[in-house]
Amino acid sequence: MIMSTAATEPLGRMAAMLRIRRFEEQCIRLAQAGQFRGHYHIYIGQEATAVAACAALVAEDFVFTTWRNHGHMLARGAAPERMLAEILGKAGGYAGGKSGTLHLAVRDLGILSTSALVGGTLPLATGAALACKQRGSGITVCFFGDAALEEGALYEAMILASLWQVPILFVCENNTMPPGQRARGQSPSSRLPANRLADIPEALRVTSEEVDGADADALNECLARLAAQVRSSGGPRYVEVHSGRWPGNFLSWPDLPGGEWQIAWAFGQQSDHADLAAWLEQSDPLNRYLRKLVAAGTLDRAQAEAMDERARAEMAGAVRFALDSPYPPPDEAYQHVYAQGGQAR
Amino acid sequence: MKITFAEGLAKALYESLAADPRVLLIGSNFMGLNTAAKQLMNPLVSEFSNRIMAAPVSELGLAGAGIGAAMAGRRPVVDINTGSFIFQAFAQVVNEAANVHYMSGGQTSAPVTFYCLAGIRGGGGAQHSHRTQAMLGQVPGLQILTPGSADDAYYLMKWALLESRNPTVFLSHSLLFGETAELVPGAQMLPVGQARIRREGRDVSIIASSITVMRAMAAADELEHKHGISAEVVDLRTIAPLDENTVLQSVARTGRAVIADECHRRFGVAAEIAAILAEEGLALLKAPVRRVTVPDVPIPYSPTLEAELIVTKERIVTGVLRVMGR
Repeated sequence: MIMSTAATEPLGRMAAMLRIRRFEEQCIRLAQAGQFRGHYHIYIGQEATAVAACAALVAEDFVFTTWRNHGHMLARGAAPERMLAEILGKAGGYAGGKSGTLHLAVRDLGILSTSALVGGTLPLATGAALACKQRGSGITVCFFGDAALEEGALYEAMILASLWQVPILFVCENNTMPPGQRARGQSPSSRLPANRLADIPEALRVTSEEVDGADADALNECLARLAAQVRSSGGPRYVEVHSGRWPGNFLSWPDLPGGEWQIAWAFGQQSDHADLAAWLEQSDPLNRYLRKLVAAGTLDRAQAEAMDERARAEMAGAVRFALDSPYPPPDEAYQHVYAQGGQAR
Repeated sequence: MKITFAEGLAKALYESLAADPRVLLIGSNFMGLNTAAKQLMNPLVSEFSNRIMAAPVSELGLAGAGIGAAMAGRRPVVDINTGSFIFQAFAQVVNEAANVHYMSGGQTSAPVTFYCLAGIRGGGGAQHSHRTQAMLGQVPGLQILTPGSADDAYYLMKWALLESRNPTVFLSHSLLFGETAELVPGAQMLPVGQARIRREGRDVSIIASSITVMRAMAAADELEHKHGISAEVVDLRTIAPLDENTVLQSVARTGRAVIADECHRRFGVAAEIAAILAEEGLALLKAPVRRVTVPDVPIPYSPTLEAELIVTKERIVTGVLRVMGR
């Protein structure tokens, strides 16, 4: 089921963001409990971007994401229990345990294949947008991090998208923005020697803009408008989302500094963790949006708690499903090397 | 009707575009530097211009776009141009296309074709002469087509564009463009994955593919007329899938094997065939297997230096004489 309809309303967006937050917390808990191995990537602090982008899509559209895909998957309507089962390498996962967290994909949701290679997703997404153009309907949204601008694949994909004029929305999620610079026209990245990353697509005649990743309403307006432009013009657009990195993400393995997110933090209570407290205040789209909705009278604390309770219960159920799901039998390793039908002997 | 290899390619491309609106050409320089053969593309370019994408010099991007379009329901062929340029696209061909079906647990397939003008073509030098079938043979998930005749150029390309459900590397060869074959209208193609016995023989099996097929056929003629040796020629046609059975059955008849292949010697196609014969066919062999391959050096430019390295008819004959104990 694609969730985008509900997420077009403020309460739907809030609920969608909260589901992602609670999912990611469970994911960290499972990793720390040794329930799965390998590195993984968490979307805490970027939830508003996935929710806003996916709210602008329809069923026939395509979505390309990266190793940091959990938020995009959930916002597009993926089932958390099948995602977690896949992350644990279980038979009940979307790929029967073959993809893990890095390559989560759901073809029925238009998430065809997920590359964990930096920049690798951009040419693929451009090709899917070419397919949209050829069939005469649909658009493609391509999420990637700022590090993709360090890869040649990004330039080649943008050259093609611009030359061919295919309907694609490039969403660069720059999650390394110091809060003080987030709202200004500066785009620092860890290694890329550019003052403003959005100049790069502009040089290839891909119209680009920047938006604050901690402002859910601004994101919603921006991504809805850009997706509509892509849909009507048939050409590419580029947006750079400025997010301040969540403190749990500074480690080589994600952690929950200050514990799970608390509703109370949006109602005046302070986190004991100083870095987290500052981040919640300045950079967390969820915390800020909840406060905004409460201040506007759209939501009260009891409703927020009930919404949170539903998200927690849903994710607890997903964890149980994933833990209960069996591992795939060893023979499964030999399946799906080649698609069957029309195949060679 | 008699067709050339280049005509077979152009005919397959034209008929595929006409047969299926999902077929898409990403780039259209299939004939390389051969200006005469380029003319064969004219009807196709004028008739299907809306499905022929202009291609900048972006092999990685083009390959990825082909994969993405294939995953999203199109049937693209990406013109990689000179086969060595597939290295520019390796990240997409090897690490995306080949993994899509597997990583998605069978949800998504990517029926894209990468067309390469591969091989030692005369004057290509170190950076334009690669044969990548052995390297790509290490990549599960890819199909690798190595036609050595005009009819297979036609049939295999058409199969890749209209029927295949998996990513395919089509290794063309510019020195094969003038080769001719009889194309019988309405005839069935030998199934993909099945090798063809090009010529039957009793004394030795010469196992070949792509450019070495015609050289093996010429060697077999010479062996028969000058040396009284009856050589069987096995045309592999495809490297993945690899038809082990036909190779083993041929060697069961002849008892000797010479493998003629244009890849480098180490870890090459010939090395793989030799390993299969060692594992599955040792009892069939009356003499050690012989590999006739390209020595492990880059391909030099000068004609005398290039000639020193290539797999010629003469070198295949020498290889056969050795396994015959002469």
